[in-house]
Amino acid sequence: MSEEIDTSKRHFLTVATVVVGSVGVVMAAVPFVSSMEPSARAKSLGGPVDIDISKIEPGGMIKAKWRGKPAWVVQRPQTALNELPKNDALLRDPDSDEPQQPAYAKNEWRSIKPELFVVIGICTHLGCSPLYVPQPGDPSVGPTWPGGFFCPCHGSKYDLAGRVFKNVPAPLNLPVPRYYYASDQVIRIGEDPKGSKSTWTEPLVW
Amino acid sequence: MGTEQEKRDYLDVTGNWLHRLRDWIDARFPMTKLWNDQVAQYYAPKNFNFWYFFGSIALLILVNQLITGIFLAMNYKPAADAAFASVEYIMRDVNWGWLIRYMHSVGASMFFIVVYLHMFRGVMYGSYKKPRELLWIFGMLIYLALMAEAFMGYLLPWGQMSYWGANVIISLFGAIPGIGNGLEQWIRGDFYISDITLNRFFALHVAAVPLVLLGLVVFHLIALHEVGSNNPDGVEIKKRKGADGHPLDGIPFHPYYTIKDICGVILFVAIFAAIIFFAPGVHGLFLEPANFEPANALKTPSDIHPLWYFGPYYAILRSIPNKGLGALALLMAIVILFVLPWIDRHPVKSIRYRGLLYGGLLMLFALTFVVLGFIGMQLATPFWAEIGQRFSELYFLFFVVSWVYSKQRSRLYMLIAFLIVMFVITGLDAISWVSSAAALKLYSWLIPLAYSLIFLLLPAFYPKLVEPKPVPDRVTMK
Repeated sequence: MSEEIDTSKRHFLTVATVVVGSVGVVMAAVPFVSSMEPSARAKSLGGPVDIDISKIEPGGMIKAKWRGKPAWVVQRPQTALNELPKNDALLRDPDSDEPQQPAYAKNEWRSIKPELFVVIGICTHLGCSPLYVPQPGDPSVGPTWPGGFFCPCHGSKYDLAGRVFKNVPAPLNLPVPRYYYASDQVIRIGEDPKGSKSTWTEPLVW
Repeated sequence: MGTEQEKRDYLDVTGNWLHRLRDWIDARFPMTKLWNDQVAQYYAPKNFNFWYFFGSIALLILVNQLITGIFLAMNYKPAADAAFASVEYIMRDVNWGWLIRYMHSVGASMFFIVVYLHMFRGVMYGSYKKPRELLWIFGMLIYLALMAEAFMGYLLPWGQMSYWGANVIISLFGAIPGIGNGLEQWIRGDFYISDITLNRFFALHVAAVPLVLLGLVVFHLIALHEVGSNNPDGVEIKKRKGADGHPLDGIPFHPYYTIKDICGVILFVAIFAAIIFFAPGVHGLFLEPANFEPANALKTPSDIHPLWYFGPYYAILRSIPNKGLGALALLMAIVILFVLPWIDRHPVKSIRYRGLLYGGLLMLFALTFVVLGFIGMQLATPFWAEIGQRFSELYFLFFVVSWVYSKQRSRLYMLIAFLIVMFVITGLDAISWVSSAAALKLYSWLIPLAYSLIFLLLPAFYPKLVEPKPVPDRVTMK
């Protein structure tokens, strides 16, 4: 037995203890952190919902609730659809390049059937719910207003395809959820059409 | 009867039983020692003024919040279908429930008023400077914990403003690239703010954050008593000690400042009580009208803004028409306060001796903060957005000018600083240029221009304006 203290051995043991202990702390933290993720019940309550569209009128809107968010179905008249391309120059993302919609809704109207627009009514800025202001030049927004969705919280503007205008706080188009026509009269929100192999996971911003 | 020790022994046998109890405890726990070290023998500068009330008042409010909070928790139900009704139940059916609830809600706002004044005191007298940097950082951490506590507490009444305010703040985390969506979902524990979110915010509000707060307050006080209090003159009293080893300009905290602080407390409690009894909502400022309507996930109130104490940061967030950059500016506005000790490195601490322009700079900073708070409560019209942008610029310019003022600068340095500031500000305007709002932008451009002219260009030609005055050796009694 040497009387001398082997400090390098002590140092090694200290470091080794700290490292092993830290790994233990991280592993022990996993269940706690994970317990804050949505629970099994929250996930099942977040399942798809059906919307009956048999009674929708031209220009009208049906509001439903999906995962606590307002899911809207808007019936756009042909005249309004014809106006949509005229907005393109004023928009941030006119061609819907940002993944704010599933692939089957990445088109001129951002919908499966052109006249029926399915969208989540949550502003991509800070989560307010925009107002549906379809009338062009509506005095609540301004004389140059082409008709669309207007967020009263911070003034973000979207056209009737939920595409965001430039120079407003919102960065992205309104998100389009997964949906398909369960029948001619029923839209199911929260699920892809059968047979669709979409790699799309989630919009960047809900 | 001879020595002190003999007197003591005599008392122990025959005298006051309270003395004997004290000695019994002291032999087992350092009660008297703690009292002396922290209170009776803690020497504080003798020139404390009005501004030194707010530390002890903040402590009083913390106790108020803890006690009223415990009694509110006895009747409150943290569930989406019961929370709103349980608050009404407290207000109407619980004996004195209205008083306890108003003490808690008004207390929250008063906490921020007092903490803002306390922080401003620290900035005025340079109390964040060496050796008090950590003291300042512990204070900032308390402020941060307080903001978290207030934010989560505001969700609990489950009114419309609770709900949508929380929605706005949580969605700020969504601005973080890559992990934003997942992080939001983790905070909420659901796909939206639901019963689950309310339940966990309750747990954090009543247990986790208060524990952190108490710990930080203890750290803040330990750090304070280690380095000693600063004072309105910014003189280190520990540098000049008398024969007894105590600072010449120091007086024991007890009884001198305990008595003084009691005066402050009486004044504060009078104001506090007046608000609670006569105007607990303060015209929608402390309790917002929209919050008397239960939370509704499908209906956004026409105007969402957080409570007044977050107003300045909210104005900064809204001033940038880009979500990610707006959130970053908000974050920077808070982070920059943490590093204030390393921004303003001027050796003179107190505003009293920092020169004329620095005094003006500081007063204007306080005014900027108040104006931003006001703008944060306004509707997001183009006018207020623009003014908000200008005052956000002034907020950050304060730190730029503080950095510049840290040392004696040459005329050339000041000129270049002026040009760089105006170049950056004008450049930001050019990037966000919208022809329809050109007139407003041009006129409001005069605000940062005037600011830079006064604080950067003027001292380039009149250096006397920023020249510090001689700091006295001893504290002064005005």
